Amino acid sequence: MAQMPPVAEAPPASQLDLEDIGIGPGGPGGGRDGERGPGDRGRPVPQRSYVTGLTMGLAAILMFFMALVSAFIVRKGLSDDWRAFPLPPILWVNTAILLASSVTIEVARRRLARLDISGFRHWWGMTTALGLLFVAGQLVAWRQLVHEGIYLATNPSSSFFYLLTAAHGVHLLGGIIALFVIGLRSWQNARVTRSTATEMAAIYWHFMDGLWIFLFLLLMMGQ
Amino acid sequence: MSAHAHPVSHHGAAPQGFIRRYIFSTNHKVIGIQYWLLALTAVSVGMLLSWLFRTHLAWPHFAIPGFGGAMRPEQYLALVTMHGTIMVFFVLTVAPQSGFGNYFLPIQIGADDMAFPTLNMLSFWVTAVAFFVLISAFFVPGGAPINGWTSYPTLSAVGPIAGPGQGTGETLWVISIGLFCLASLLTALNFIATTIEMRAEGMALMRMPLTVWAWFVTAIVALLAFGVLLAGCILLLLDRTAGTSFFIPAGLVFSDTQPPLNHAGGSPLLWEHLFWFFGHPEVYIAILPSMGVVSTVLSTFSRKPVFGYKAMAYALCAIAFMGFTVWGHHMFVSGMSPYSALAFSFLTLAIGVPSAIKTFNWLGTLWGGKIQFTSAMLFAIGFVSMFVTGGLSGLFLAQPAVDLPLHDTYFVIAHFHIVMGVAAIFGIFAGTYYWYPKMFGRCMNEKLGKLHFWFTFIGAYLIFMPMHWMGIMGALRRYAQPGGLAFLQRMAPIEHFITIAALITGAAQLFFYWNFFWSLRHGEKAGENPWHATTLEWSIPSPPPPENFLEVPRVYRGPYEYSVPGYQEDYIPQHLAPEQVAKAGS
Amino acid sequence: MSSRKTERGAGSAGVLLALSLVILVVTTVFIFAARIFPMAPSITRVGDWIDGQYDLTLWITGVIFVVAQIGLAWMVFRYRDRGQKAHFSHGNNLLEIIWTSATFVLFIALGAMAVHAWSQVHFVSAAPNALKIDVMAEQFTWNFRYAGPDGKFAPIAPKYYNDAEGNPFGIASKSKDTDDIVSPILEVPVGQQVELRMESKDVIHDFYVRELRIKQDIVPGMSIPIHFTPLKIGTYDIMCAQLCGLGHYQMHSTLHVVSEADFQKWLKQQEAENQQ
Repeated sequence: MAQMPPVAEAPPASQLDLEDIGIGPGGPGGGRDGERGPGDRGRPVPQRSYVTGLTMGLAAILMFFMALVSAFIVRKGLSDDWRAFPLPPILWVNTAILLASSVTIEVARRRLARLDISGFRHWWGMTTALGLLFVAGQLVAWRQLVHEGIYLATNPSSSFFYLLTAAHGVHLLGGIIALFVIGLRSWQNARVTRSTATEMAAIYWHFMDGLWIFLFLLLMMGQ
Repeated sequence: MSAHAHPVSHHGAAPQGFIRRYIFSTNHKVIGIQYWLLALTAVSVGMLLSWLFRTHLAWPHFAIPGFGGAMRPEQYLALVTMHGTIMVFFVLTVAPQSGFGNYFLPIQIGADDMAFPTLNMLSFWVTAVAFFVLISAFFVPGGAPINGWTSYPTLSAVGPIAGPGQGTGETLWVISIGLFCLASLLTALNFIATTIEMRAEGMALMRMPLTVWAWFVTAIVALLAFGVLLAGCILLLLDRTAGTSFFIPAGLVFSDTQPPLNHAGGSPLLWEHLFWFFGHPEVYIAILPSMGVVSTVLSTFSRKPVFGYKAMAYALCAIAFMGFTVWGHHMFVSGMSPYSALAFSFLTLAIGVPSAIKTFNWLGTLWGGKIQFTSAMLFAIGFVSMFVTGGLSGLFLAQPAVDLPLHDTYFVIAHFHIVMGVAAIFGIFAGTYYWYPKMFGRCMNEKLGKLHFWFTFIGAYLIFMPMHWMGIMGALRRYAQPGGLAFLQRMAPIEHFITIAALITGAAQLFFYWNFFWSLRHGEKAGENPWHATTLEWSIPSPPPPENFLEVPRVYRGPYEYSVPGYQEDYIPQHLAPEQVAKAGS
Repeated sequence: MSSRKTERGAGSAGVLLALSLVILVVTTVFIFAARIFPMAPSITRVGDWIDGQYDLTLWITGVIFVVAQIGLAWMVFRYRDRGQKAHFSHGNNLLEIIWTSATFVLFIALGAMAVHAWSQVHFVSAAPNALKIDVMAEQFTWNFRYAGPDGKFAPIAPKYYNDAEGNPFGIASKSKDTDDIVSPILEVPVGQQVELRMESKDVIHDFYVRELRIKQDIVPGMSIPIHFTPLKIGTYDIMCAQLCGLGHYQMHSTLHVVSEADFQKWLKQQEAENQQ
């Protein structure tokens, strides 16, 4: 995904749009924290930094999940008390929904790159809705298990099921909040450009998608 | 951030209230000082705790006021648990990395601030909240936890039936550490993004000061390690509160009158692996920044470049990387596979190699120098001595067979205190004496600094050397009293010796406290570059303006160009263009 | 223009520093060399090998300690500022390679030499004729179980634990059919290999006898074997070496190494008490 260059090479749709994306008087990086207002001396943070920061954050999140995954593998082999249980079929639906949302978020970004702001908003909103639908579907899966009498402490296999889906869900909710903020906020005087913010959100979203696939496969292997 | 009485006005920006400038500031310098002050608070509490249990160890029947008689085992164990937790997390992880790193990393690379100032502020406040959550464990029913800073299950996993403090106290401990993990991860990603993306023009990686290298590499270690501890804490919390059995096996009985606990199938070893996978990198997080400071201070006050700069940078990277492969050396007798013990042993011995390289290079930096014994320099030299001593005792512990008689004895306590509790702290002291003029525009008093050094250097050896011998004779850790064991009772004179040394050395820290706060107002005013040093922080006013650099800096050379032949001055700052540097005889 | 904030003639600190490092070295080496604070004497062959490796490590670290601390002392003494110019140098790659390789070889060799003692402790199983003794660790006492005249260990289960009635192991039925000997102290004959199988009822404990050079964590949920052959008659402390709660410091027992004859006498005594 190409970064918007600080010099207007693409034909501007409107001045407002340009500022939204991060080109114009506000400038990339725009105003900084309250100690200096717009127009002050001071170098803006390169937009690249935000993506670097996000990538580092993902490395940390990955280590967190890898710790849980190793605990899963060790615990499964530890004692012979691991009892498989059928995974609620809705998980397949949820997975499809999350995969679809990865597609829609990419469509949204392409719309943005073409300065089709309303198209961007439409597909971005779709992604957010699909994300919420996924979380709702996970909660349904939980309710189905509870209905079967399978709780957090019932068995190590169920403990890990709830733990891994909860951990993933919490991180995904963080992503959904980011989607809301990006979809609704004003970009004037923003430190980060909309283009960078959407790039960050997309990387995070795809990561969460991939992570879910991995966890889902792991949970299936545990059965 | 300045200590001036009047608020400094900024070009064109509206003046801010006290809260926004000093409490919820997003400025890296303010945040750095906030972290440093948090660490100062923590170390004061941690030191006080150590005086209390050291007094008990020397005079077990003495009734310390407030303890309701002679110290009881639960009180003793709570004190050592909290002492360890506070010192490792809230002093050694906070001060050298989040404290000095926040203040000086952006400046030394020529940036205005960290990449994510608001995230930075958030990190500090979460850390501060974590500290208060931890301290609150003292004040809840049952008191603070009693299972050591390592919190091994099943003792830590089953709640109050395992002892006082294992209920709410331990839960608060877990929550505090969990919060600390989150804050540390956010700080780490901030440091990494800043170092990668925000270096000024000309500041190539191989021109970065070794302090920046150390903070950068330490942040990578923290980024990869703290998530694992967080995972472990969550599993422990679930075992404690939700009836899961990650760490708790079947059939546990805590007294004859209890039926076996309703848990099954877990293993305490799982916690040990998760904890030490974090725990070993953690000790490198504690020492690497101090190594960076020591390299810089030794160079500055020998008026010589760091000997083998590239090797030093690579050694930092090697230690950081290998630090993730050695965690099993904490678990030689744990019941884990004895074959993996050997693998961990060789890796542990191997990690001694980059540490040795650094030691050789520090000596090489001093060699042929023009050594000036400022307080900062004394502590840097003291660091080298302490690091050698502490590192060498590690060679014993790195071999499983030799670890057998020494594991969980006072020999281990001597080892980690000398490297972490002394050497790393010396790095913090060196950094404080070195950077104080820059941070506050005034110099600390050198006489007091020297007094502080001598008492602390001699005192630390007097405190911790005898512990090696106690451990060799078989004295065990976390023993509230000698109990009925004659050979332990015979060590009473050594306990007395250590405690008296500890109390005197502790009291001598008053020189430092006094010096620090008194000099804020009455210290001799410092100019821009009182030490004639070369790195970028010495090219800006003392204290620095909010945006650090009044002109965008450009870097022309490496960070330690001291005593370069053919030039008028014995130092060439990084930011001076070649044509601006006066040649000799001009 | 800032003036340099360092004092010439503060070289006395360098002399003092060098002196204190020399004192440190002399004192430390003396105390170690004179074995003023020695390890408890070893009573097993494996313990002797461990001691040998410890001594080797002590020698090597001792030499490095002396060289490094005296080296540091020399540097701060010789190169204290007396008006000289510093020698400009960025380092020496050849030196780096030499001392890095030397250190690597030394450390790895040390580790390789330590393998033998460790393997004797952990890679060699107990002989088939070893005297088997079960160990049960709990907050805050030790108990030991011998198979008794029938040579078999009775089955145990947590639900039968009853310390008050002398059944810490939870032997399933305390009838005349089970003749296991349960003892709070560990009695063994000299020169005979002993195999301990260790379990814990509650938290992690650690079986530690200085003179055996044995230290082994006992992890609840695991049965951990360890073996030794004591070669000297005597009485030795058994301690817990892993924090196990309030009474950790009081969790002791005794290892009695006695002659074969005395051991048989003791066994008969225990069997007799069992039948009462």
